[in-house]
Amino acid sequence: MSNPVADSWRRMRAAAWARSLEFLRDKSAVGWNVVFPIFLVLGLAYIFSGPGQPMFKVGVLSPIGIVLDATLHPFFGTPQVQFYREDQRGPALHKVQLQRIDMLIDLRAVPGRYWVNDQSPKGKLLEQLLHGAGGEPLQRQATTGAQVRYVDWVAPGVLAMSMMFSCLFGIGYVIVRYRKSSYLKRLNATPLRAFEFLLAQLASRLLLIVFVNAVVFAACRLLLHLRMEGSYSALISLTVLAAFAMIAMGLVVSARISSEELAGGILNVIATPMMVICGVFFSIDGAPRALQIVAQLLPLTHLISGARAIMLDGAGLQQIAPNLLALAVMSLFYLVLGATLFKWRQD
Amino acid sequence: MPCVLEARALVKHYPRVRAVDGVSFEVQQGSCFGLLGPNGAGKSTTIEMLEGLLKPTSGQVLFRAAPLGSHYRERVGIQFQSTALQERLTTRENLRFFSSLYPRSRTLAELIALCRLEEFLDRDSSKLSGGQRQRLLLAIALINEPEVLFLDEPTTGLDPQARRNFWDLVQGIKAQGKTIVLTTHYMEEAYLLCDAIVIVDHGKIIARGSPAALLAEHFDDSVLELPLVEASKLNDGVSCKQKGDVVEIHTPDINGAIARLLAAGASLTHLRIRQRTLEDLFLELTGRELRA
Repeated sequence: MSNPVADSWRRMRAAAWARSLEFLRDKSAVGWNVVFPIFLVLGLAYIFSGPGQPMFKVGVLSPIGIVLDATLHPFFGTPQVQFYREDQRGPALHKVQLQRIDMLIDLRAVPGRYWVNDQSPKGKLLEQLLHGAGGEPLQRQATTGAQVRYVDWVAPGVLAMSMMFSCLFGIGYVIVRYRKSSYLKRLNATPLRAFEFLLAQLASRLLLIVFVNAVVFAACRLLLHLRMEGSYSALISLTVLAAFAMIAMGLVVSARISSEELAGGILNVIATPMMVICGVFFSIDGAPRALQIVAQLLPLTHLISGARAIMLDGAGLQQIAPNLLALAVMSLFYLVLGATLFKWRQD
Repeated sequence: MPCVLEARALVKHYPRVRAVDGVSFEVQQGSCFGLLGPNGAGKSTTIEMLEGLLKPTSGQVLFRAAPLGSHYRERVGIQFQSTALQERLTTRENLRFFSSLYPRSRTLAELIALCRLEEFLDRDSSKLSGGQRQRLLLAIALINEPEVLFLDEPTTGLDPQARRNFWDLVQGIKAQGKTIVLTTHYMEEAYLLCDAIVIVDHGKIIARGSPAALLAEHFDDSVLELPLVEASKLNDGVSCKQKGDVVEIHTPDINGAIARLLAAGASLTHLRIRQRTLEDLFLELTGRELRA
């Protein structure tokens, strides 16, 4: 007498094994999935960790002849910040508005003043550095975030973005190819159920992505000395759930179509806005309300904000519970939708 | 022989196309049943309804006198006309994978021997020749010891030698008492393998019976094939049909026809005599060449 649960588990395991073997033997795909994130890490390391490279630019309106150093104000002794003299307030302020510089300080006024762009994450970080530096004229509040570097802020976003591409395209293209070549039709002639097949594809991809990203994260920690205040278990839980949600999103896209070109187009339509509005490179705090609502409906937003909370603020599972809950709901929704829409064969 | 599979008034409509139009037949246990017809006749649509992969617009498929149940797929084996396999897996790994999908399966050793897979067991399945690939797909179709084996145009695209090798395999499987449902547009294949056939055209059955009985029912003559120049010397009103540079003379009296050709001074150097085939039958029934 066969056991339906055991039978189902055996079929899923077999399908996940077959897919994993196929992927691991595809040298170019493995190479791309490992090499791309490593290039990303090296790129980040080069951009943000080069010796003497300023990470922040600050314009200073000061009387002529005064040297901009720590004796004038402790903030001017901050490493990795380039201070330079500006002559006119109007054009300099415009540069702040365009985020071409991160801060403008006016020492000609009494008391001294500074401007930052509220929509610029670098400006906010600099503000924290300014507060942390001390010094009479500009001191307004104590800060605990004085050591946060931009690379610590941006790295979770960049790694999450790389993961998103791997989740969406890695699963979407494969299933579309299977359908186009009638391999799905062949599988449909076996007792394998659609739900089992989809879960097997998901599990295979999930294991791979979590493993690759663990390696990339370790490399980032090593090369960039990334800040990690929270627990690794919380970060892994968040990563697994987010990868699950994003792979399930890819399943929805690939549920019916048989054209790789169409799949690529749709996946790009999904991935590109996510890259822009989910806070990978820029904070979305100052973005229009409607955009922020849309961003909350996308898994990448919750991955990035959760990862930043864990890595920068030391948040635990309890603090990121809203992100985890949102990701769990999205995972379930996309998985059920993908399985419902799924078709084994071409129309 | 008991009926194992029955098609009852099967109809399948697609937008603007009536692919299958009221097809009924029975498949007997242990027989090889053939669905014959040209491309687009509705063979593949019919067989997919029998396989349980395609829902009929109307009509019913019965397996052992009951509608197809949830475990039907565990009891039948299917070889599709064209299908891909998981890439970068060897023949052995593909067999293992598919056998894991069934609650019970034949041993790999049995399948390897039955379908002659020894020589390419550890070869990537994407690097197999057409014949090897079809043998692997046949093994996969047999993996669950199916009660009915469906073969949808299994030798299309194979070279003549690979086709003959495949026929040998199917005859071996047939000898074990397996019920086989086969679609083909190769009349020779149907004649050699099938115990009963239906000829399908435009979604309808136009003839049914055993190949020999069908030929006997429609023809009582043989065919003499001669080059046009030689056949033109004969002008006594025998039934002739020109096919390019060759003329077919249809006659129940071969000796008499040859005597008349010799009397007319025709050279018989390139004479070919053949029996009527299912291809002739299709032409007779539809007025069209089967592979047109």
